[in-house]
Amino acid sequence: MAVTALDDATDIGASRPVTIREIVRRHPTVVIGSGLLLALVLMAIFAPYLGTVDPQALSPIRRLRGPSEQYWFGTDMLGRDVYSRVVYGARISLVVGLSVALLSSAIGLAIGLVSGFNRPVDAVVMRIMDGMMSIPAVLLAIALMALTKASIENVIFAITIAEVPRVSRLVRGVVLSLREQPFVEAARATGTRSWRIVVRHILPNTLAPLIVQGTYICAAAIITEAILSFLGAGTPPNIPSWGNIMAEGRSLFQVAAYIILFPGMFLSITVLAVNLVGDGLRDALDPRLARRM
Amino acid sequence: MFAYLVRRLLATIPVMGVVAIFVFSLLYLSPGDPAVVIGGDTATLEDIAKIREKLGLDRPFLVQFGTWLWNVVRGDLGISIFTNLPVSKLILQRVEPTIALTVSTLLVTVCVAIPMGVLAAWKAGTWIDRLVMAFAVLGFSFPVFVTGYLMIFSLSIWLDLLPVQGYVSITNGFFAFLPNMVLPSLALGMVYIALIARITRASMLEVLSQDYIRTAHSKGLSKPNVLFGHALKNAAVPIVTTLGIGLALLISGVVVTESVFAIPGLGRLTVDAILRRDYPIIQGVILVFSAAYVLINLMIDVTYTFLDPRIRY
Amino acid sequence: MHRRSFLAGSAATLAMPAIVRAQSARVIRFIPESDIVIFDPVVTPSAQTREHAYLIYDTLFGLDDQYRPQLQMLEGYTVENEGKLWRLTLRDGLKFHDGERVLARDCVASIKRWGVRDTFGQALMAATDEIVAANDKTIEVRLKRPFPLLPDALGKTMAYMCPIMPERIAKTDPFQAITDPTGSGPYKYVANERVPGSRVVYQRFADYVPRKDGVPQTTAGPKITHFDRVEWSIIQEPGTAALALQRAEVDWLQTPNPDLLPALRANKNIVVKIISPTGLVAYMRFNQLLPPFDNPAMRRALLGAVTQSDYMIGINGADKTLWRDGVGYFLPGSPLANDAGMAALTGPRDLAKVKADLAAAGYKGEKIAMMVATDVSYLRIMGDITADLSKKIGLNVEYQAIDWTTVVQRRSKMDPIDQGGWNLFCINDNGVNQLNPASHLWLRGNGKAAAPGWPTSPALESLRDRWLQAADLEAQKKIAVEMQLQAFQDVPYIPLGQSIAPTAHRSDIVGVLNGQPTFWNVRRST
Repeated sequence: MAVTALDDATDIGASRPVTIREIVRRHPTVVIGSGLLLALVLMAIFAPYLGTVDPQALSPIRRLRGPSEQYWFGTDMLGRDVYSRVVYGARISLVVGLSVALLSSAIGLAIGLVSGFNRPVDAVVMRIMDGMMSIPAVLLAIALMALTKASIENVIFAITIAEVPRVSRLVRGVVLSLREQPFVEAARATGTRSWRIVVRHILPNTLAPLIVQGTYICAAAIITEAILSFLGAGTPPNIPSWGNIMAEGRSLFQVAAYIILFPGMFLSITVLAVNLVGDGLRDALDPRLARRM
Repeated sequence: MFAYLVRRLLATIPVMGVVAIFVFSLLYLSPGDPAVVIGGDTATLEDIAKIREKLGLDRPFLVQFGTWLWNVVRGDLGISIFTNLPVSKLILQRVEPTIALTVSTLLVTVCVAIPMGVLAAWKAGTWIDRLVMAFAVLGFSFPVFVTGYLMIFSLSIWLDLLPVQGYVSITNGFFAFLPNMVLPSLALGMVYIALIARITRASMLEVLSQDYIRTAHSKGLSKPNVLFGHALKNAAVPIVTTLGIGLALLISGVVVTESVFAIPGLGRLTVDAILRRDYPIIQGVILVFSAAYVLINLMIDVTYTFLDPRIRY
Repeated sequence: MHRRSFLAGSAATLAMPAIVRAQSARVIRFIPESDIVIFDPVVTPSAQTREHAYLIYDTLFGLDDQYRPQLQMLEGYTVENEGKLWRLTLRDGLKFHDGERVLARDCVASIKRWGVRDTFGQALMAATDEIVAANDKTIEVRLKRPFPLLPDALGKTMAYMCPIMPERIAKTDPFQAITDPTGSGPYKYVANERVPGSRVVYQRFADYVPRKDGVPQTTAGPKITHFDRVEWSIIQEPGTAALALQRAEVDWLQTPNPDLLPALRANKNIVVKIISPTGLVAYMRFNQLLPPFDNPAMRRALLGAVTQSDYMIGINGADKTLWRDGVGYFLPGSPLANDAGMAALTGPRDLAKVKADLAAAGYKGEKIAMMVATDVSYLRIMGDITADLSKKIGLNVEYQAIDWTTVVQRRSKMDPIDQGGWNLFCINDNGVNQLNPASHLWLRGNGKAAAPGWPTSPALESLRDRWLQAADLEAQKKIAVEMQLQAFQDVPYIPLGQSIAPTAHRSDIVGVLNGQPTFWNVRRST
């Protein structure tokens, strides 16, 4: 039985061009994941039109109402509408996730390329990256947040710095393996300039693993933002991010579990969606990696 | 092999060097003058100048870094701004709960994740496999505080089985120590279990496809025997490596878990220190965590060279 | 089925092993509101430090439930020379934790150190010629003018209380925290079990001799201890703390989150009760050294914006037994409380008019730095409500999220806001402090010598002086009316209401005294 399954797995590894339709057929998780993600993005963009009120508007008299027709997700201890806060909170999570993914991919790509092509630089840069990677990401981000004041930009900056080493290691690995490939050596031998080799041969080949890595970074960043906010070292507490809503609601978990459960649910669904997209992309774009993970 | 060991050991020096520079810069770049903070409300300008001189804050960066590093090497991590106590003392006081939590999580993970992964690989393609993989994806998607509160709610409040907070030292006896560890290690272990189950499944699949396993099968060896006796042994290297690398996830999680379950460990110390901007403590904790992480991964690497003669360097 | 019952059975036995059970009878486990930062009650007004102090120090006088001073360390006292000579005699058997006898000179040094820091103490010192030890057992206080409130001052339970410590320790600079925790109180501090941010431990002082007479009330009467150990666990998560109490992991939770009270009340093994009916008074404090709040018109304008019930519901919930609005400058329900000028707070709220008043006061949208202690839930809620209010009236408030201990540090900074200074914060004060102008720290108008915010109001100060010398309660009440009217003019702060927070303990704990949490007289019923 095991053997049959394995044969199937080997089959995926066959390298031939894949069409979108095939991806959908083979990787339903991508479809589910991107569908969910699209819905969440739309929700974040159109937050003001989704039956929400000002997420920061207080109304102590209406505090701690359970979920009802009027307050879909109930109200918190200051009478703020949890539904509106959760919907607006999606903006923070998605902005942080996407920005960190893009920024750390871009910076990591640059560092990885340079270091893959330049041995002296490589030696120094990779030692620095190793050092940074030995500081657990959340701790690194926390330490950076302790240096600055709470703001969304600083959260993005702190998480990006924590994620860059992983990306640059990845890119460097790809570059090093490609450098020895016959087609790169051939191009070199014919006197093609380095930057052309990078654009022609290296970049296209790094793109696939980079995109896959980027989605995982996006998921990790969303969770890290929530953790930072939850610990009081992230998004300013007066801004409704999911981590902040949960941090505020946690003391009332026993009597008003909905304050923490709804943002927790949305957070988990968002991360799940991103992870599903990542898994699917990985299976589709990088079959070799897919078999290993 | 000896040469490899030496090389591997030497390689940790620049890594820890980078960590040290980063950690030192943290205090160097921190807003506000530490001398003013240490001096307190009643300090005069003269007092502050004296403190600056005593701390060496008026000297150049490299000199300050050198002095600081020398102190760290001798085990002096500075003085906490808030409690006025030596950071090394504060850290030592809180090491035990954190080690206990990490080790118990590691044990839970190994006991749960590896059988899960093996099972999934063995039943690859069936609903069991899908279930395990679904769990693995979900485990990655639930932040530890969400899992933690769900567990407190179900296991402590509804079923009234386990304590919700605190830490009892193992010196009070194993059975006094155990109950407080169950919930936090499960909550903290979730991500880790997901990770290890995945990697176990993947490396088992790889091993199971190799010829000698097929041979073992055809020789009529029993399934469990093949799976655990032969296959798992050969799949062990990537699993153990991931256990080591995954420690980073675990350490990040410890910080949150200790807050949720009120465990007086290094994680809580860190959170309190961030809120108070107590930089010497933040520095000390990062140094300790990173050093532990580097050391453990070094030990794992070194162990391979003894355990698996096939690995050559 | 099988497995589950096994799990339940084993977990139940695991959860409470025999050793722990035997010990718990002699240990009381308590969750304070927050951790102790400074262990010297003369240096910090923190309530936790004060509760620590009552464990390890004894006081010359105690207060009963009516806030009347009663003899505590004293055998008795005499007043001679038309009220200008007090002779206080120590009772027998008093010992410090290091085994030394408590002598009059220890008390003299302790009173002098405290007299530098405490406002009531300062008033006493101002009236004093000298304090001396006439012999080992007698303290002589020679006054310039009569000071009938001397026992009230020495017995006050609110910051700063007057702890008696050995002379060698009491000689420490009053602005420098002491490090030696030797006192003569019923418990000893166990320094080597201290884990900052997590644990404080006390051990019974076997040689403590409780007084024989009197009724145990607040800090008066015999302090008889029934527990060998007192263990404080610092749990910052209010939800976790309440669960710990429900699961009997601790015996006593000082201040449960008000929203969790219904769950605690529903548990028949938990007693929820009010031990401190004076509660906490919330207020908004301004930095009067910096613009824009150096302008009294600005502060007066804000009086019209504040709705006390918003703050009180936000903090305590809708249950009106837990709070009061319509709170003025003296503790509601106390003899000095009055209605003078209250319309400024209780009249109809008109935010448009507030906006106009602010503009008329010359406010042009300057940035206002508001410190919010986000780690203490009620302070954070007060910050959130104030931020919301500011938005509505056009105040340009910058919400600075920091922790409580940092607020305490930063609030004493007089610097401009770009150098770490501040304009505004909301806070609670113990209601008892607002019983009278002597202990009312925040109603003072003595400029930079006043509490953070540093209001200058010669009128308030002279009224306070008149009050201190008032002949009787009637005269005091009249002055209090004038003071409140003056306060509504100068606005040293804006009262935001009174919270009456109950405490919660396991029902097998009996004998909990009123006032602050104290650890004598309490015992475990069997």
